[in-house]
Amino acid sequence: MASLSDLISKNQNALIEAWTRELLGNPTKSPGRITDAELRRQTHSLLQLIASALESNDDVASPAWQPTREFLEETSRSRVLQGFDWAEIATFIFSLKKPLFAVVRDACGRDSNELADRTWQASRLVDELGLHTVRTLQKVRDAVINRQQTELLELSTPVVKLWEGVLALPLIGTLDSARTQVVMESLLKAIVDTNSETAILDITGVPTVDTLVAQHLMRTVTAIRLMGADCIISGVRPQIAQTIVHLGIDLTDISTKATLADALSLALKRGGFVVTRRGAS
Amino acid sequence: MSDERIPILRMGDYLLVSIQVDMHDKLAVRLQEDLTETISRHVSKGVMIDISALDLVDSFVGRMIANISAMARILDAKTVLVGMRPAVAITLVELGLSLPGVSTALNVERGMALLRKQLERGEHADERHAQ
Repeated sequence: MASLSDLISKNQNALIEAWTRELLGNPTKSPGRITDAELRRQTHSLLQLIASALESNDDVASPAWQPTREFLEETSRSRVLQGFDWAEIATFIFSLKKPLFAVVRDACGRDSNELADRTWQASRLVDELGLHTVRTLQKVRDAVINRQQTELLELSTPVVKLWEGVLALPLIGTLDSARTQVVMESLLKAIVDTNSETAILDITGVPTVDTLVAQHLMRTVTAIRLMGADCIISGVRPQIAQTIVHLGIDLTDISTKATLADALSLALKRGGFVVTRRGAS
Repeated sequence: MSDERIPILRMGDYLLVSIQVDMHDKLAVRLQEDLTETISRHVSKGVMIDISALDLVDSFVGRMIANISAMARILDAKTVLVGMRPAVAITLVELGLSLPGVSTALNVERGMALLRKQLERGEHADERHAQ
């Protein structure tokens, strides 16, 4: 009885033909994104890689399968970029089952034990390859999400200089520990760099304030005070004021203002500036 | 090592302490002794502690600063802590040491201005109290 590897090598052309036909006839294949020639080329390369790797062993995680795994990762990645969804990409691998089983059936003839064994081996192999593909997709997606998270974190902490000695930090989105840390660090650094006396934390863009968010705010304010600068919290909406009181959070030591404009005017007053309209009596 | 001290500089009514080495227990205790001694000898009105060279603090140093400030207050001197680095401020907050009652300023210049202002206000308050 020939091994699976021999079977694949011997029937390579027939397999490629059947596999490609399977893929082209598949209703999930969206037309136009990948040419038939390209598909044929991919099935051809992948089958060759599988055949050569099978000669050493059938453990997909082993070093012998390294080129196959890399090829799968590469194809999956390019397909994600082309706009395929996960089901389509996984189908690419799983479509190999039908032609492969057909080859196994032809080779085994009437030996049902042999047939069952070979089929199981082939099935497991294709499943492993499919799983590897899905895992790769997940990794690609996770990497994208992680990168976006970091970008969001950096995007969301712009320290703005409003006036000589007055810095503002408009906070947008929910405050969690990681963000508070970034906010605190960038604000404290900006205070030292610009030698500012007043920092305004604008929470207009913070949707809700719970005890945790309030605690994060207090920590930031305390750190700013320790550095020797003043902190004003602005953009406190009526609902947030109510929530803070209902939660029993004590903000008596912190100056709070309803709008950024009020906070700026307080900061200017503390800095000894007077704003007047020209010509006003 | 045992003779190591943190210098206390006198500038008129004020004292300037610049901490530039890592604080350890003995040094801190000696600083407390020296400082209280100097305040009462010169009847100083204000103490400025410059920690701009400190880039590492622990709860001990944090508590020591709070203690010095409290002692100075009893001896009728205001304390201003100046030049705290961002990393130090974050560490103190993480440790839960918010140093209530200690005035702070960004640098020595601002600290001096703050001391003067506080002192003026204090004298006005005393006058009002006397009337």
